[in-house]
Amino acid sequence: MERLEVKNLNHSFGFFRVLEDINFTLEKGKVISIVGPSGGGKTTLLHLCAGLLDLTEGEIVNTFKSSSFAFQEPRLLPWKSVLENISLGLIAKGISQKEADMRATNIALEFGLELKDLEKFPKDLSGGMKQRVSFARALVVEPGLLFLDEPFSALDIGLKKELQNHLIDYIAHHNLTILFITHDIMEAIRLSNEILLLKSDPGEIVKHIKIPTPQIERSDKEVFDMMIELLKDKDILNTFELEIK
Amino acid sequence: MKFILKVLKDFPWFLWSGWGAVASIFLFIALWDVGYQLYGELVLPSPKETFGAVVGFFDDEDLTRDMILTLTRAVIGFAAALVIGSVLGLMAGFFATASIMSRPIVTILVGMPPIAWVVLAMIWFGMGDTSVIFTVVIASFPIVFVGAMQGTRTIEGELKEMVDSFGLSLWQKFTNLYFPHIFSYIFPAWVSGLGMSWKIVVMAELLSSSDGIGAALAVARSQLDTTVALALVVVMIGSLLFLEYIVLEPIKKEVEAWRD
Repeated sequence: MERLEVKNLNHSFGFFRVLEDINFTLEKGKVISIVGPSGGGKTTLLHLCAGLLDLTEGEIVNTFKSSSFAFQEPRLLPWKSVLENISLGLIAKGISQKEADMRATNIALEFGLELKDLEKFPKDLSGGMKQRVSFARALVVEPGLLFLDEPFSALDIGLKKELQNHLIDYIAHHNLTILFITHDIMEAIRLSNEILLLKSDPGEIVKHIKIPTPQIERSDKEVFDMMIELLKDKDILNTFELEIK
Repeated sequence: MKFILKVLKDFPWFLWSGWGAVASIFLFIALWDVGYQLYGELVLPSPKETFGAVVGFFDDEDLTRDMILTLTRAVIGFAAALVIGSVLGLMAGFFATASIMSRPIVTILVGMPPIAWVVLAMIWFGMGDTSVIFTVVIASFPIVFVGAMQGTRTIEGELKEMVDSFGLSLWQKFTNLYFPHIFSYIFPAWVSGLGMSWKIVVMAELLSSSDGIGAALAVARSQLDTTVALALVVVMIGSLLFLEYIVLEPIKKEVEAWRD
């Protein structure tokens, strides 16, 4: 079975220890969220797993055949139309232009874009639309493993929920595996099977939280209840330096 | 190919959108005519007479040859500056050390008055083609160089990372990321370089050559023939306007459609 395994991973920038003794295994079809405060080394961990940073200590075994990345910012190529942006990963795989266009169009429509948007340049899109394009671009290559770097953080709650629902549908229908980092606990509860709590200075996993119900069956009430419960948790309060009144 | 077709398809619309520019040119000519009526022919010949002289140039074999000669020199000089400036600018942009080292040199080249280059060129190469073309190249080169270097140095790290995450091949990275970005910087630099070449060629010819529009201008000056002098200027400006607005501008519009 395909999996991503991180063993005894340490990472430092100069003398500054960012990540210490990270261990976890992500199996096919599962979603793991790494939750922690900003500046806690989450992005570094994700970049290490995705091979965008070189590993210095420890081991990462990635047996997924393909992976893709959706960033915090949409990072669209400004000189390419929406359609060309989405099909970028397909072109990189050597898929013909015609098929790439077709698949890109289909997924764009699935993610709530309209046909007339496809010819537009990124400058003519709203922030939410750009993030839709970014998602479509990451998913159109049908990755075995998807890396998500807080892609919802700049969206309003309505849009956030809508895109999350698209993603949840996608997880259910395509058996998608996701490594997701976020500072939003609610988002993590809604999307993941397992939450890893990463405290900062140095980045260390202090808690594993498993959520047994499949994402698509999770009701809002369940999510809220769990959120309330987690907000009473000592580790979470300490990690985020929260004070509850 | 698709791109060229699109440029051609949009061309009539582009021309149609040029009425504002045409109106401002006519306004300028009207003011020119006022100047003529106030100060008389010796100071400022009338537009009608000047344009008549321009038309007359094409019947005069010597002057036609001069015009072709000057345009050829400008084009050769500009083309050389374009190639050398682009290649060196790209190289300087890709290597941090090279770009740091080239900065003061560029400042020197930009700051050096072109007239000084003409004098040096005359000493080095004597009167004639080489001096003129050399001056054109050396004056336009830094503009193109800076454009190419800036383009290469300003590629966003975030986009590079994104492209890496999708595993694009080196060639795909070049066509999808590097080329469009660099081109958006280098193309305006080419246009400014072209304007510079046009100006410098006449100046260089006036001092260091016995033929071409610049030399004809020197003759007109010595004969106090203001009409011919102005007509020669009209030829230079007219050809530059044509190149810049009719040839390059539609391409630029298409290339930069993605910009705000």
